[in-house]
Amino acid sequence: MSTTILFTIISLSAIGAIAAIILYFVAQKFKVYEDPRIDQVEEILPAANCGGCGYPGCRGFAEAMVKADDLSPFYCPVGGNETMTQAAEILGKAVEAKDPLVAVIRCSGSPAHRERVNTYDGASSCTISSSLYSGETGCQFGCLGLGDCVDVCDFDAIYMDEETGLPVVIDDNCTACGACVKACPNIIIELRKKNKKDRKIFVSCVNEDKGGVAKKACSVACIGCGKCVKACAYDAIVVENFLAYIDPNKCKLCRKCVAECPTNAILEINFPPKKVKTEQAAGETKAPAKPKAETSEKEAPKAESKESKENENNK
Amino acid sequence: MLKTFPKGGVHPAEGKYSANSVIETLSLPKTVSIPISQHIGAPSKAIVAKGDKVKVGDKIAESTGFVSANIHSSVSGTVVKVDNVLDSTGYKRPCVIINVEEDEWNESIDRSTDLKKEISMTDKEIIQRINESGIVGLGGATFPAHVKLSVPDGKKIDVLIINGVECEPYLTSDHRLMLEKAEEMLVGIQILMKALSVNRALIGIENNKPDAINYLQNLVKDYPGIEVHALKVQYPQGGEKQLIKALINREVPSGALPLNVGAVVHNVGTALAVYDAVQKNKPLFERVVTLTGKSVKKPSNFMVRIGTPVNELIEAAGGLPEDTGKVINGGPMMGKALNSLDVPVVKGTSGILIMPAELSPRKKESDCIRCAKCVSVCPQGLEPYLLNKQAQLEKYDNLEASAVMDCIECGSCAYTCPAGLPLLDYIRLGKSKVSQIIRSRKQ
Repeated sequence: MSTTILFTIISLSAIGAIAAIILYFVAQKFKVYEDPRIDQVEEILPAANCGGCGYPGCRGFAEAMVKADDLSPFYCPVGGNETMTQAAEILGKAVEAKDPLVAVIRCSGSPAHRERVNTYDGASSCTISSSLYSGETGCQFGCLGLGDCVDVCDFDAIYMDEETGLPVVIDDNCTACGACVKACPNIIIELRKKNKKDRKIFVSCVNEDKGGVAKKACSVACIGCGKCVKACAYDAIVVENFLAYIDPNKCKLCRKCVAECPTNAILEINFPPKKVKTEQAAGETKAPAKPKAETSEKEAPKAESKESKENENNK
Repeated sequence: MLKTFPKGGVHPAEGKYSANSVIETLSLPKTVSIPISQHIGAPSKAIVAKGDKVKVGDKIAESTGFVSANIHSSVSGTVVKVDNVLDSTGYKRPCVIINVEEDEWNESIDRSTDLKKEISMTDKEIIQRINESGIVGLGGATFPAHVKLSVPDGKKIDVLIINGVECEPYLTSDHRLMLEKAEEMLVGIQILMKALSVNRALIGIENNKPDAINYLQNLVKDYPGIEVHALKVQYPQGGEKQLIKALINREVPSGALPLNVGAVVHNVGTALAVYDAVQKNKPLFERVVTLTGKSVKKPSNFMVRIGTPVNELIEAAGGLPEDTGKVINGGPMMGKALNSLDVPVVKGTSGILIMPAELSPRKKESDCIRCAKCVSVCPQGLEPYLLNKQAQLEKYDNLEASAVMDCIECGSCAYTCPAGLPLLDYIRLGKSKVSQIIRSRKQ
């Protein structure tokens, strides 16, 4: 009995040893050389595999960076400048700092502002809804409210506000990977420059209808009147197809356009309250936009909910 | 045993309330908005502008390619504007809006009602006239008719199939047309036969219209080459691939067209429009529209000018019932709910169906239990549950391999699904994505 066990142990060990020697030489013979820097770079990447850089996952991005001579077309939106500098150090190349971006929702059409004219009861997907109808309101450009952007976000950075029926971006979580921008069939979401203290000024509307039609469908629509263009001292605003657009690279956050806008389509976020003098002047016309403007982003939905409480007709 | 197609199909409640309502001519509306793209293919280009005076039958938009169609004015009056107006697609599209004044027809149109049997035109001239008159498939798909008649070199057509199936529940416009305009329609079929140079035409009619079958069977004795066939009631028999299989037992291969098996299918409404265009020089500017529904006071069939707001039809049939849940453009299976009642009737509007609230909501969604009911009803032999999942997961390569492009969007799968899944919604989405991919690959 004991000899059987002994023979078994000896023979198995011998087979194991021989196999190990063969495998060692085979591995040496067929070794594939891989640049060790790929592993090093991958190590410092955020491992979110979100595809925001345009490459298939973090490994793909690392490989591409190691191969490239120039790092300027590369940017990891999740890791930001810090990660890029670290990667550049490993690769011994230079990288320029880029402005971090953040997603903004360019639609303020809550039920209080945008009357619902029909009900959609098909599959709960913005893409399907937009392929069938122009939406439940008179505006065929705005948010459809079915949350495709929320579904694709890997970072829990968007949620649907139940009162307004609109998505809200949590700036701290947003990595500007761009998944929501691609998911939105109406292209409402835009990646804009993340300014100091998360301050933002943008036209919260994508309606390209003529002024009267847009205004009829939604009380906070951009009507393309061009008042903001005149108010802007930096040529940052252009009106095209009855829709104003503020170029984030030219905008100096002076807030003059915000006061000028007759429909409150231009939002200012994370700014301190204005001085008393200007507040009185603007107070009459721009009441609805103010709560959002004076509170931080996270509190904004609560403030907005107060205005739209009377209308419970949302999703 | 009556003929039918062998694979799949469903038989929903028929609800043909308006089957005995004689076609009435709807009074002229005050304004019409005529979309300048009412067909599959390249959108037409408006050739009128604000302030222009038009007569009934005047061309107001021109086709912009081979697969495209002219649009003619359905009324006489002044063009108010060319603007984007919500139409039955659910989107704002360019429309010509005309204020109606009098009812003055273009002089070249023969307004007499005498039957003109003699066909004097050659096949080329017929196709030219059909193209000029803006005729599209009136069954609902609105594919330009002249394209189907222009057979490419090397292909041989030996049979013309006329679709009088009307398999959609509720709709009766084709049924009434076969009873009231039968002779004109038969001459129209002869014209189509001449254009295609075939000497055999089969009219397929479902057995729930025995009056039309008997009437036409008597009439066709005077029209050599035309046969009338009764078919078993089965949805979607009106799909051209299903109808070809049912009538002549030929199967259109995956990705191919009916002309690959030597057949061309036209709707009875199209045959009538062809008669009007060729014999009376009357372009397509009016059509028969069924207005029906369980609670509608007076379910009717109307002869309607293109561009008339749906509202006017509803008023003429006794107003919108109080219990209305949805107003559907087309039949209950393939039709699409309207998101406004101001949308105009277009060439593809075969009916307006008013569904009561209790019948209209979707079933609550639950999980797929792999019961395969959708597989057994799919007339194209596809696996809808699989296509649905692949479309949701954006697996477009797999979708293409699963022959999603063969789906005819009949909706039998979603109709039969015990879990209430929106199968067709996702399949349609997948189809559009896959067709984009195919198109970009070709370029």
